[in-house]
Amino acid sequence: MAVRPEPFARSTAISGRALSRRGLLEREGIFSWLMLAPGVLFLLAFVAYPFFYGIWLSLQQRQVSQAGTFVGLANFVTLYHDAVFWQVTGNTFIYVVVTTVLKLTGGLAMALVINQHFRARNLVRAALLLPFIVPTILSTVAWMWIFDPTFSVINWLLVHAGMIREGFSWLGNKTLAMVSIIIVNTWRGIPFYGITLLAGLQTISPDLYEAAAIDGASVGQRFRHVTLPIIKPIVIIVTMFSVIFTFSDFQIVYALTHGGPANATQVFVTYAFDLGMSGGQLGMGAAAALAMLPALALLIVGLTLYLRRE
Amino acid sequence: MVEGRGFFARLVRLYLPLAVCLVVMLFPFYWMLITSIKPNRELYSAKIMPLIVYQPTLKHYYDLFADTNFLLWTYNTMLVAVVTTVVSLVLGAMVAYPLARLNFPGAAVVAIGVAATYLVPQPLLFIPMADIINRLELGNTLRAVMLTYPTLLIPFCAWLLMGYFKSVPRELEEAARIDGASRFQAMWRVVLPLTTPGLLSAGIFAFTLAQNEFLYALIFLAKSDVRTVPVGAITELIRGDVFYWGQLMAAALLGSIPVAVIYSFFVDYYVAGLTAGSVKS
Repeated sequence: MAVRPEPFARSTAISGRALSRRGLLEREGIFSWLMLAPGVLFLLAFVAYPFFYGIWLSLQQRQVSQAGTFVGLANFVTLYHDAVFWQVTGNTFIYVVVTTVLKLTGGLAMALVINQHFRARNLVRAALLLPFIVPTILSTVAWMWIFDPTFSVINWLLVHAGMIREGFSWLGNKTLAMVSIIIVNTWRGIPFYGITLLAGLQTISPDLYEAAAIDGASVGQRFRHVTLPIIKPIVIIVTMFSVIFTFSDFQIVYALTHGGPANATQVFVTYAFDLGMSGGQLGMGAAAALAMLPALALLIVGLTLYLRRE
Repeated sequence: MVEGRGFFARLVRLYLPLAVCLVVMLFPFYWMLITSIKPNRELYSAKIMPLIVYQPTLKHYYDLFADTNFLLWTYNTMLVAVVTTVVSLVLGAMVAYPLARLNFPGAAVVAIGVAATYLVPQPLLFIPMADIINRLELGNTLRAVMLTYPTLLIPFCAWLLMGYFKSVPRELEEAARIDGASRFQAMWRVVLPLTTPGLLSAGIFAFTLAQNEFLYALIFLAKSDVRTVPVGAITELIRGDVFYWGQLMAAALLGSIPVAVIYSFFVDYYVAGLTAGSVKS
């Protein structure tokens, strides 16, 4: 926190009545900590404690409703030798990288389109953000039906456009299942990028474009040398946020494929859920969830530092 | 950036891409709607053109209300969302205020801690949390999710509100203090009224996040009468291999409407909340 000059207020608050109850409440440190206490205690009890308890769990062999036995790093060793774990790591990586690239380019395109002047712009902006605000599970239910093996509307369109003879089994085929979860994640995430990047674009003064145009810059040059440098910090922050949240995505994969077929779309969180919740192996599940910590920690520390520098 | 070269340029640059965006983004909602009002003979026919509905029916809605606890799920979802939003907003504001406006020992540590709890994702916590909720014997109660949702929402509210609190000029507060206002009065009467937009942004955002929460609800709410809409729909309208598509779509649509309506009243605040973190004014 920045050090601020503290003028008149402090001296009047402290002098003379520092020992009265009101005087105590007026002390900056005491007032601050009284305000902070409920929230901080809550976060310590329900975020910090579970976090460390999770680490402790990951070092145990522990079934639901049984006492655990300490096994050291055995759970992590088991994961390390498990082919499925490495498949999960690969799947998560592909899922995060591909969706991030698609969301960023799609979102930027969307922002550039809406950044033009047209009637009902606010209405359009509000409508385009709908995929992001509607509860994910509920919109994914619509996508489940869109990807239905027999009655998929995409298949119907492709067949009737004469592009394919027979419909795809979207969620039954390994590659297409991955394509499907990527499509839905991208669909839901593009508005987030689009609207935040739009807010960034709107801070750019039109004078800059005019000046660049007078200097003879083409549309492409203006984008590269005027637009991009200005929105770069926003792009970085939005992307890092999105990567963290995609990394820990559960809902879309759980609803669409449950990680299948044959673990082809299993990602960290659904894998940890299967081990810990469905399989009842709390220790193993906690270890699988923690396995994504190194990558996440890098992102989180990077983002925290970046935000504090700003 | 638009240099008008007549209608054609505008068509290529604006209307066509805009139409593509709108169709792609809104099609799933259209699909929800028409699937929910199609009779089964249209739903499960490969011959009929599926993009429109020929003989609309409200049968799926009727079945949804008659055969499931949908109304109860809606009530649960709303109750949990409102309670957790209010709690998170109050506690979040109480954390944000000193961090944004006061000097006190430990401020830097708390600030980093709040940022870290905001970014530490739920997947790292849900397995230990399941065990904790079990030991507290809160399984299958709404208190379980009321207790866990604020772990996601308080850091978010605090982080968003810090920006708003910082934007109020210090002179206003100091003037009030010189006139004899206590620190609490200066906050309550001077700073909070000026940051109402921030409180609205954080509130509407927290509300939509609470409506969207699924993982904790799925783990903690295994009995039908305590379920929320997303969990109820996905566990009770899909039985084994049987999907009740009409009812699923009706539930998805009805479950989305409250969020969408509230969002539509506060779009600007929502967008402000969305961009506050990433765009520096």
